[in-house]
Amino acid sequence: MIEVKDLSKAFDGKQILKDISTVFHKGKTNLIIGQSGSGKTVLLKSIVGLHQIDEGDVVYDGESFVSMNSNEKRKLRQDMGMLFQGSALFDSSTVEENVRFPLDMLTDWPLDERRDRANFCLERVNLKNVNHLFPSEISGGMQKRVAIARAIALNPKYLFCDEPNSGLDPKTAIVIDELIKELTQEFDMTTVINTHDMNSVMGIGDKIVFIRNGIKEWEGSKEDIFNAQNEALEDFIFASGIFREVREYHQKIKK
Amino acid sequence: MLYHLGKYTLFLKKVFGRPDKHSVFLNQLIREMDSLGVNSLGIVLVISIFMGAVVTLQTAYNIEMPFIPKYTVGVAARDSILLEFSSTMVCLILAGKVGSNIASEIGTMRVTEQIDALDIMGINSAGFLVLPKVIAMIIITPLLVLISMGVGIFGGYLAGNLTGEVPAAEYIYGIQYAFRSFYITYSLIKSVVFAFIISSVSAYWGYYTFGGALEVGRSSTKAVVTSSIFILLFNLLLTQLLLA
Ligand SMILES: Nc1ncnc2c1ncn2[C@@H]1O[C@H](COP(=O)(O)OP(=O)(O)OP(=O)(O)O)[C@@H](O)[C@H]1O
Ligand SMILES: [Mg+2]
Repeated sequence: MIEVKDLSKAFDGKQILKDISTVFHKGKTNLIIGQSGSGKTVLLKSIVGLHQIDEGDVVYDGESFVSMNSNEKRKLRQDMGMLFQGSALFDSSTVEENVRFPLDMLTDWPLDERRDRANFCLERVNLKNVNHLFPSEISGGMQKRVAIARAIALNPKYLFCDEPNSGLDPKTAIVIDELIKELTQEFDMTTVINTHDMNSVMGIGDKIVFIRNGIKEWEGSKEDIFNAQNEALEDFIFASGIFREVREYHQKIKK
Repeated sequence: MLYHLGKYTLFLKKVFGRPDKHSVFLNQLIREMDSLGVNSLGIVLVISIFMGAVVTLQTAYNIEMPFIPKYTVGVAARDSILLEFSSTMVCLILAGKVGSNIASEIGTMRVTEQIDALDIMGINSAGFLVLPKVIAMIIITPLLVLISMGVGIFGGYLAGNLTGEVPAAEYIYGIQYAFRSFYITYSLIKSVVFAFIISSVSAYWGYYTFGGALEVGRSSTKAVVTSSIFILLFNLLLTQLLLA
C-alpha cells in the first residue's frame, strides 16, 4: 500500500502539484488520469522520488519516504519497478541485456541464473526469440513489453507505469493493459498507472484518481465514474463521443 | 554563472560518489576508451601533421637571415609544438568532437528517461555514466597528445625538407638542441586537466538537459563552447603556474 500525503511540488516557483493525498492499494491497478500537462508524470516521479517533493510525504507500507536516509531509499528502490512513457530502454544494449541490467547491477547471482531470470521475464510478457535484437529493431509494442520485463526483473512490490499504452494501436494497448493487470495480481504488486485513455480506465481501473491542473479533483472506482457529480471529470470523460453515448444509453435504461 | 558553478560542483560530487559494480565499470571504461579515444586518432593525426608543417614553414620564413643558422627553425618549431600546439590545439579539437558526443549521448539518455530508469533502480546514474568517460579521457588524451607531438615534428620535417627551406640534417639537429624533457611533462599535465574539463563539463550539460531533441542540440553546443573557454582559461593559468 502506498499513501500519498499532502504532496506538493513546484518547479522554479511554478506550482505543478498542490496538496495531493490518496491511497494506492496492494494487488490493484490504481490509475491516475488527467489531461496532457495536468501533472501526471510529475506526480508519479514525485511519488517514486525521482523528483524531490517540496511538501508532504509518501508512505510505503508504513515507511515514510521523506524520513528515509539514502541507504534505506536505495533498498526501497529495489522493490520498485517503473515503466516510462517512452519505454526508456538502453539503446546500446540488446533486449536481453536490458532485462538483465538490474540483475547485473544489483545482484550477485551467477550469469546463468541472471540469464534464466531474464528469459523468464521475457516469456512472461510473451516475447521470444528477440533476445539479441536491439531496441531500435523491434516495434513500439514490443519495446513496452521489454520495458515491463525489465521492470519486473527484480520481483518488485511496487510497479509504476507512465502511460503504458501511449503510441500504441488500440488493440495492442488493451493487450498491454491486461498484461499489467495480470502481473499485478500474480505478483501481488501495488501498481500505479498514469493514463489519459478512457479505454484503460474502463478496462483495468480498480481505483481512479483524477488530476486537473495539479489538483486532485476526484477519486473513486470505475463504477462511480459515470455518476460523479464533477464537471471537470465529465468534461474529461466525455471528450470522447462514444462515452457520451454510453452514458445516455445508461440514463435511458434507468428511466 | 555562479549557479552553474555550484551545480557543477555538486554534479562532480555525484560523479565521484558511491560507485556501483567494479566489473561493470571496467567494461564501460574499455568501451569508452575505444569510442572516445581510438575514434579520435584519425583527426589528431591529420591535424598534427599539418600543424607541424605550418609551424615549421612559418618559423623558417620569419627568421630568414644569414647569421641565424637553419637549425634554429627546428628548435623553435619543436618548442611550439611541444609546449603549445599539441596539447592546446588537440584538446580544443577534442572539445569539439568528444565534447559534443558526450553531451548529446547523455542528453539523449536524459530526455528519453534512460537516466530516470537508472535512478529508479537505485543506481548512481551520474557515476555510472560519467565516471568511465572522465577516466577514459584522462588516460587517452595524454597518449593522443604524445602521438600528436611525434607526428607534428615529423610534419615539420617533411615540410622543411620538401620545400627545401630547412635541410633534413639541420632540422634533426635543431629538434635535439637544448632539449628540455620538462616541456613534455608540462604538456601532459595540461592535457590531463583539459581532458577532465572536456569530459566533465560536457557530461554536465548533457546530464541537465530538459526537454527534447532541440535541447539536446543546445546542450551539445554549450558543452563545446564552455569546455573550449575553460581550456583556454586553464591554459593561461597552468602556463603561469608551471613555466613562470
Ligand atoms: N523538470 C521540470 N522542470 C520544470 N517544469 C516541469 C518539469 N517537468 C514537468 N514540468 C512541467 O510540469 C507540467 C506537468 O507536466 P507533466 O509531464 O506531469 O504532464 P502530464 O500530465 O504527464 O502530461 P502528458 O499526458 O502529456 O504526459 C508541465 O507544464 C511541464 O512543463
Ligand atoms: Mg506524462
